[in-house]
This record gives sequence, structure tokens and C-alpha cells, in this order.
Amino acid sequence: MRYVEEFRDPKAAKALIAAIGRVADQIGATREKPVHIMEICGGHTHAIFRYGLDKLVHEGIEFIHGPGCPVCVLPMSRVDDCVTIAERAGVIFTTFGDAMRVPGTRKSLLQAKADGADIRMVYSPLDALELARRNPGKEVVFFGLGFETTTPSTALSIQQAAREGLTNFSVFCNHITVPEPIKALLDDPHMVLDGFVGPGHVSMVIGVHPYDFIARDYRKPIVVAGFEPIDLLQSVLMVLEQIRDGKAEVQNQYARVVPEHGNPISLAAIADVYERRPRFAWRGLGEIDASGLRIREKYLAWDAETKFGIGYAASPDDEPEGCECAAVMTGRLKPTACPQFGRGCKPETPLGALMVSSEGACAAYWTYGGARVAAE
Amino acid sequence: MTLRDERVTLAHGGGGKAMRDLIESVFTSVFNPPGMEDQARLMHASLQEPGARLAFTTDSFVVTPVEFPGGDIGKIAVCGTVNDLAVGGAKPLWLSVSFIIEEGCEVALLRRLVASMAREAEKAGVRIVTGDTKVVNRGACDTVYITTAGVGVIPSGRDLDARSIRPGDVALVNHVLGDHGAAILAARGDLMLSTDLESDCQSLGHLMEALIAAAPGTKAARDATRGGLASTLNEMAEAAGCSVELDETALPLRPEVKGVCEILGLDPLYLANEGTLVAFVPEAEAEAALAALRAMPEGQGACIVGRAVPKGNVPVTLRTAFGGTRIVDMLVGEQLPRIC
Amino acid sequence: MCLGIPGQIVAITDEARQMAMADVSGVRREVSLAPVALGPLADLVGAWVLIHVGFAMAVIDAEEAAATLEALRGLGEAQETLEQMAEGAKALEDQ
Ligand code: SF4
Repeated sequence: MRYVEEFRDPKAAKALIAAIGRVADQIGATREKPVHIMEICGGHTHAIFRYGLDKLVHEGIEFIHGPGCPVCVLPMSRVDDCVTIAERAGVIFTTFGDAMRVPGTRKSLLQAKADGADIRMVYSPLDALELARRNPGKEVVFFGLGFETTTPSTALSIQQAAREGLTNFSVFCNHITVPEPIKALLDDPHMVLDGFVGPGHVSMVIGVHPYDFIARDYRKPIVVAGFEPIDLLQSVLMVLEQIRDGKAEVQNQYARVVPEHGNPISLAAIADVYERRPRFAWRGLGEIDASGLRIREKYLAWDAETKFGIGYAASPDDEPEGCECAAVMTGRLKPTACPQFGRGCKPETPLGALMVSSEGACAAYWTYGGARVAAE
Repeated sequence: MTLRDERVTLAHGGGGKAMRDLIESVFTSVFNPPGMEDQARLMHASLQEPGARLAFTTDSFVVTPVEFPGGDIGKIAVCGTVNDLAVGGAKPLWLSVSFIIEEGCEVALLRRLVASMAREAEKAGVRIVTGDTKVVNRGACDTVYITTAGVGVIPSGRDLDARSIRPGDVALVNHVLGDHGAAILAARGDLMLSTDLESDCQSLGHLMEALIAAAPGTKAARDATRGGLASTLNEMAEAAGCSVELDETALPLRPEVKGVCEILGLDPLYLANEGTLVAFVPEAEAEAALAALRAMPEGQGACIVGRAVPKGNVPVTLRTAFGGTRIVDMLVGEQLPRIC
Repeated sequence: MCLGIPGQIVAITDEARQMAMADVSGVRREVSLAPVALGPLADLVGAWVLIHVGFAMAVIDAEEAAATLEALRGLGEAQETLEQMAEGAKALEDQ
């Protein structure tokens, strides 16, 4: 597979791991006094565990798993809203597979489907559009979920529906943005972070400049990274080299995909269709200013919130007893240190947000065995 | 016997003449079971061998779509039960078959399924000796469900058992992984993917005999159906009392299967197979076993995928291409396509 | 987040809706070229794009990819030399 296999080359990985070790030694990183690097994106978390990178790199490097999994940070009340919409007569509710198992306070979409709601998993909002064309008598709702990577796809789909005059299609918008939660994390006095691995696919849409504040105002290095193991290792090396050299810059390891200024057509579509909400709730992090999007007035005919009379309400802190998600997400605790980990909270019965999707830090730890293999 | 109807109606399940017409025209004329009684009366010389044991298994088959590239629900219903017998060391002899048919099902489809079953049974060397049909209301089932049961004979002295797997034993498969799961995902159409992939659906009785002949020390085998290689190995490892370590670089995968997995964010280790087994053989017999598998059409893709290791904290791990290790867990629910 | 995967555009399927057939390792799926449609669509046939939820989100820059790999090759060779030196030193010690 072109652009994939080359970036999984074990020989290059070995060289990178050795180089990472050398720079980590130069910095003086040790198991007791590690360098803390946050990979913001859940895709990176997944790749780190899937390839076992956490155990291959120098022991003085500790990965902190960031909030970049849209499924994990979705408030339970929004899942409840999805179920409410899906249970309406005449509705075909469409969603990415990721969201099916996320627990709401009443039930998950998977359970709602079993109870008779017409819920369909789709690969693309385009498939939801096609369903709307084929089912003119039904209201087809698409669960718009995800960061800036995914936002253009729903924006372009809404524009397409508008062009076609397709009025039985709407989007339940839960799109969120990356820079704002990072700022919130950096402002958290508990936060211990020495550098960031930046989200490659978000950046292919927004470019690298939205991260300038991280380097400029907080003096932390950030390297925008691709998703193959070589990409990740090279980015970690670049972050370490900046730390060693006392630098704090925004660098782009993933230049084959990420243009400096992002994608102009996608950015224009986002700006045309969406506007910022004053604030939006994140599971585990609470409400964050200007971190969520909603559909602009001129596209309200395609807005499921408007169609179904569902507003955004700040959800009260509804985290279950004993859940340490917030502490894990800010890097204060390792997933294994949460008293619920592997007991009350497992992938089949997730309690906290981070166990929900395979990208969540706790789920990745559990599934790929950070903790369980290390215990050997 | 002629049957004029193009579609099955509830009348065909009513127990009267319409039902008899359907059964004779579509089923018994093809399967040709012995005798006229409501039971098969059977005799086989191998059953009389001292120490021989009877093996008996059953399985139900539900597939959407019922016809797909590389097979159909009828073929799977034969292969699945034949394989359950075969991987346990039994020589498959006889099958029973029951159809649950949805009202409105096309008779022509039933004929195709039955022909496909007859063909596969002949290939596998088994006879379909008894059967049943029921018709249910539209919507009460999805087109057609098939249940087969199978009887076979385990020759004296043969005892395949996962509990006998020991550290050092080698795990091998006969076929590339995940073809069935990926082909079905694409064939369903709702993800709008198109591929040339075909299901690996095939009977493994002859292959198992060849394997055991070449590697008489073969410890155990299973067919890696639902839940894929990962789930099957987890079951075997738990029974064995040792762990299994897979080698990522050795896993045989077609580019298209990798493609489907990359697009949908799935792990091929969990994709279903319908003609792929995993067997544990002593290391000394591994080469002979591989050669025997590769000599058969069913075993062209044979290779070593891992080995049994002393019992660790988890049943199955995978050594990645870079020498990292990760857990290969049982599947939680169904694998869902993901975007993140 | 955001699974994205490289694929090659093989044909334009619907000019008006900016749809094209993409090939990912022998698997074909119709995708939207809207995010990368800066010029005539026909120019994109043969291009490698990064696909996310059915949209071609970026055209992959072959030169940048080569440059990234080239930098690694240097590192890989340096590593091999280091390993050979270490082995050489060890061989001397063993003598
Ligand atoms: S183990 Fe569960 S409850 Fe604990 S931090 Fe992780 S997701 Fe939250």
C-alpha cells in the first residue's frame, strides 16, 4: 500500500527508536523524571498501542493521551439527544460506527436500535444523503461528530443538500475543535507537559498556524504528525530535539498531507455552514469556551437541533462514581491508576469516556495491554 | 414432481400437499436421502472399528446477503458443519439440514442453494440424509436460515485436544485471513465498497486428513470462523494452559482485505473465515505439515503464524513488526466500522 | 481521531457532484473530490489523495513524502554504522 507500507518500515523504526534514546539521554530523561509528551489525537493513541511503541521507546518518555477522541469526549446528554431523535417515528438516524456503543444515561444507540429505532451505520455523510434521496418520505438525520477533519464532510453534505433542495436531510451537529481544549489543558495548573505531538488529519484542514499560541505563549514544542509508526516516532524525536535545544516551535512532520495553511475549500465550507457556540461541554473536561460548532441560520432547514427542538444545555457533571477520567486526560493519572480500570470499567461495559472508543486512552491500555503485558 | 409457484407461501409450510410438492421438487429430489421414513437409518464400516468414536455437531447459519462472491448460505451450511467435524479429527459422513424459509422467498433461490449444498456435500464426501423445512411469516426471518447437524467418525487412536498444546508447538493456517468477513462486508453494499474478494468458504475434511497423515503429532485444530483467528486462538490458548504468540509479519493477508480494514478501521485478526483453520503441530513436524497443506487446493496459502509459549498474563499476544508486543484480546461484541 | 487513508483516484464518476472512484489497495469506493477540486476534476485522475469518511481531503505530495523518507534513510544508515561499530568493538573484546 503506497504511502503506508514505507512508513511502517521496521528498519527505519529501529533507527528512530535508537535516536530517540540518545536524545532522551542527552536531556537526562529517566523513568523517575520522564519527559511528558501529549499526543493530542486518539488516532495517535491507538497507533502507539497497536504498534507497541510505548514500550519500545526510551523509558524516560511518558506519553500522555490527549482529548482527541470525539467519541470519548461527547457528553452523555448528547447521546441521549441522539436516542430521542432516533426514536421519533419516520426518522432514519445515521451514524458512524464509532458512536453506536457509547452509553447515554438511558441507553446507547445500539440498544435503541435493538428496541426498534431505525438506526443505520454509514461510512460517510454522503451515504446518509443518498439514503435521504432514496427515502423521500423519511427524515434522514446524520449524527455529525468529530473534529476539524470531519467537519468539512458534513458542511459539504449540507451544502449539497441545499443545492439539491433535499429537505428531508439534517445534521445533528456535535462538531468540536482542537485548539480550544489544548488551551484549557495548558491553563490547568495540574498539567505536566513538555511537548505535543499534533493531530495530522485535523491539521490537513486547519493548517499548522492554529497551534502557534502553544509555542509562542506557552513555550511548548509541537510537531504535527502522521499516523504510521514511523511518522509518530519521527515526531517524538523532533519534539525531544526541540526540548534538548531549548526551542519551542511548531513543526510539521506530516508535510506530505498537511499544507501550512490547511485546505481552503474545506475551511470555506466550515465557515459557510457553521458558527461557534459560546461554549460546549466535554466529558471529563467540563465546558470549554468556543470549542463547539453549530449550524448557521441560513442552513437551519438542515439543522436537526432546530427540526427536533433540541437545544444545547450545559450538562451537569454526570460522571459516574469513582471515575478518574479528568485526571487521566490531564495526565495526572495513568489509566491503570483509576480504581475502576478493569473492574467496573471495561470496553464491554465502559463507565468513563476514555473506555468508550478504541481510541480512548483507557480502552487502548486495556485492549492492547499497556498494563496487562507490562504486569508480566 | 412439478412445482409451479415462483415464491414460497405459508401454504408450503402447512403440512399439506403444497408442502410435499415443495419438499420433493426442491429438496429430496436433489439430496436423495435413503429410505422413506422420517429418519435416516445408517451404517458405516468405520463405525465398527474398535476404538472408533462417533462425532456429532450442529450449527445454524444466518448470512446477509444469502448469496455472495465465493459462496452462499447453503454452501456455508455444509462447509461449516463439515469443518466442525473435521477440525476435531472426525471424518465427516452424514448431515441433516433444516430450512427456516421466509414467506415470499423465491423458489429459484432455494433451488440454487440446494444445488450448491449438494455440490459441496459431494466434494466433501458427506451425504445429506435427512432434513426439514418450515415457512414463517414475512419479516419473521431474513429470506432463509439453515441449520445443519453432522455426524462423523473419529478413528481409533486419534485424539485432537487443545489441552495437549505445549509451549514450542507451532501454529499454522491453511489460507489467507479474513477473506470471508471482508467479502461479506463489501457484498452487503451499505458501505458502498466494491472488491474482487471472494469468501474462503470451503470444506476442510480432506485437508485435515492430509495434515494428520503428514504430521501425526498434530495437537489440535479449529476453524477460525466468527471472531476470526484472534477469538479462535484465545479459546484454544485458554484450554491449552499456555499462551500463544503471533508474529505480525507472518500473518497472511490479501491487499484487498488490508484495504477494507484500513478504510473501515477494522482489525483483520477478527474478520470471519469460513474455510480457514488454525492447527498446532509439534515443531519437528511443522515443515511436513506445511508441505502437506500446500499440496492441497484448500491449503495453498498455508503458513506458520505463531507458536505456543509458556503461560503468560494473557492468552494471546502479537509481536509487531518492530518487536513490540500487544495483546490480542477476545472481540467485544461485533467489530463496527469506525472513522476515528 | 480521524482515520484517513491514502487512495488513488481512478475515474471521475459524476462531474456535477464532484464524485470520483478511488482505489484503496484493490478496494473501490466512490468519494467526493469537493475538498481538493481547485482545478478541473480530470486533472485529479491518477492522483493519490487522503480519504476520510468518503471525502478526498488532501492531495498527497509525493515530493514531501520522498523527503521525509530520505531523511530517515540517512538516520537508518547512521544506525547501521553504529551497530557495526558496536559489533566490531564487541568482537575485539571477545578476542
Ligand atoms: S478506567 Fe474508566 S472510569 Fe477510570 S479513567 Fe478510564 S474510562 Fe474513566
